Amino acid sequence: MKAVLEGSHAVSEAVRMARVAVMSAYPITPQTHIVEALSEYCADGTMDARFICVESEHSAMAAVIGAASGGVRTFTATSSHGLALMHELLHWASAARLPIVMAEVNRALGPGWNIWMDQTDSLAQRDTGWIQLYCEDGQEALDTTLQAFRLAEAVNLPVMVVLDAFFLSHTYEPVDVPDQAAVDRFLPPLDPRIKLDYGDICAMSQMAPPGVYMEMRRDIQKGFERVPGAFAETEAAFADVFGRGYGVMEAVACDDAETILVLTGTAAGTGRQVIDALRAEGEKVGMLKLKMFRPFPVREIRSVLGGAQKVAVVDRNFSFGASGIFAQEIRAALYNGKSHPPVFGYIAGLGGRDVTVDTLETIYRMTRERETPEAESVWVGLN
Amino acid sequence: MAIRDFLRERFFPHMWCPGCGHGIVLNNMLRAIQTLGMSKNEIAMVSGIGCSSRISGYVDFHTLHTIHGRALAFATGLKMSMPELNVIVPMGDGDALSIGGNHFIHACRRNIAMTALVMNNRIYGMTGGQFSPLSGYGTLATTAPYTNIDHGFDVVDLAISAGATFVARTTTYHAKQMADIIREAIIHDGFSVVEIMTQCPTYFGRKNKLGDASNMMEWMKDITTPVGSKAKEENPDLIERGIFVQKELPEYCSEYNKVIERAMKGRS
Repeated sequence: MKAVLEGSHAVSEAVRMARVAVMSAYPITPQTHIVEALSEYCADGTMDARFICVESEHSAMAAVIGAASGGVRTFTATSSHGLALMHELLHWASAARLPIVMAEVNRALGPGWNIWMDQTDSLAQRDTGWIQLYCEDGQEALDTTLQAFRLAEAVNLPVMVVLDAFFLSHTYEPVDVPDQAAVDRFLPPLDPRIKLDYGDICAMSQMAPPGVYMEMRRDIQKGFERVPGAFAETEAAFADVFGRGYGVMEAVACDDAETILVLTGTAAGTGRQVIDALRAEGEKVGMLKLKMFRPFPVREIRSVLGGAQKVAVVDRNFSFGASGIFAQEIRAALYNGKSHPPVFGYIAGLGGRDVTVDTLETIYRMTRERETPEAESVWVGLN
Repeated sequence: MAIRDFLRERFFPHMWCPGCGHGIVLNNMLRAIQTLGMSKNEIAMVSGIGCSSRISGYVDFHTLHTIHGRALAFATGLKMSMPELNVIVPMGDGDALSIGGNHFIHACRRNIAMTALVMNNRIYGMTGGQFSPLSGYGTLATTAPYTNIDHGFDVVDLAISAGATFVARTTTYHAKQMADIIREAIIHDGFSVVEIMTQCPTYFGRKNKLGDASNMMEWMKDITTPVGSKAKEENPDLIERGIFVQKELPEYCSEYNKVIERAMKGRS
């Protein structure tokens, strides 16, 4: 059924239909609408679930880790400083191999205080062992949240579904909300591999001395190596029921493209328009929309970008002392490939500044006019 | 110095909703400071996040607008590095008692000289009316549409048992008392806690059908009584307001200096 939904509510609808059993969260703008809807569903009986209101995001993640250790489906949502406060528990969730799903609304970190769109919060958590999936619109947010549960439970790793603050979280769009029966066909009840069992006493998360710790870390990476296959299986099952899919990335007009723009989140929606307009002018330009950031899809990146003459990465984030984070990762992915076109890094749209059609056209023209990048990062649209 | 000179008028109009009690707190805090004759340079205000914390933007003191829940921790660091500053820490329910609850009890215990203003509107206003640790059992909130089952803290009892050496409660209805209490709290040489019951007509009032801002202020008049009043004996449900604790105990920064003296054994 088509409904006009806010991006936040596309996520909460998916969580409702995923039959999550325990949720916990602490309010933070711009995430709050997600959990507000869910707490209402818990209270009025729409969901047979428990919602734990806690005193901080640190406690929220601790609570869902506890609940997931009991072998039930869990969810939380946060943003910005809330995610930063969770940092310790993010490592814990993944190393405990718990299939927790979290919606993370990309928002800038302070100071100065800023509640608007910026990707540095989620990208700063890249080493915590969470699968990260970035969404372009409301439909993708709903679908990805449903997929996240199946994927997390297939590989016993937590998944972060990432949405742009306001541009996605607070924007109303027509979204196809599936029937519960169809969702149930796609997403069977959780059959936990890790759970506290009344009949079988076990010790969780005990001391791991040097003789075993390294193997445990290697096992987490083995889990990540299974993600591409598990994600493809998840997408295939999703397409069977709903007829839609996204892939770990989407290449738009890249086959004969000389220059490829790499975009994420809602900027990819703007990118589609820019590619159409530039193609109409005869420009050989394509777009790579990156959805999966962890694990980083190195093979697919090489296969799409390796054939281009130039790559322009638009980062709505920054790693101080280095460069845009997506650009760093893409440079690293291409380095050991057969061909590596120059990677032009652009910083745009931090702290809620819009990335418009003009911004992207400017970036394209700056890239086209130069043989090689003038710097690791070029900041676009500064006042 | 005129009250207006304490304000950063370029940041006005303020962002508080019509009828919000936080403006009354701002007003009476400034009146208290005015009667003390302090200069702007002697005062530092450290706030966290939430409607209450925006107060630090509106006053022309040294101001730090910090992280949610951590205002007291930042303030402790500031006070230790610049002990001559009068540090005032305005907080809401979340900053003081939920995400920042741990810092609150330890600041009370440490007895470091600063003034914590707990602006208790019993709700998380800025994020849309979720219940807080001060909402209380049986209240309604965005996250408690069928009544809240969490019991609330009593800020005064908590501060006293955690060791604060100045503990008081007032309301936005009792504006004159508020200014007097804040004045006493600022000059107290130790950790001062002032709970200020304030109205959030937008969320707490609306959700709990308490009427408009003036109705809520009348209500705060009706449910409170001066400390030790006869009315309290007759009606134990009344909430006492006034000064509960005002005692001298060794203050942290002074004690710290004594530790240095002992360790240095007279050397400099």
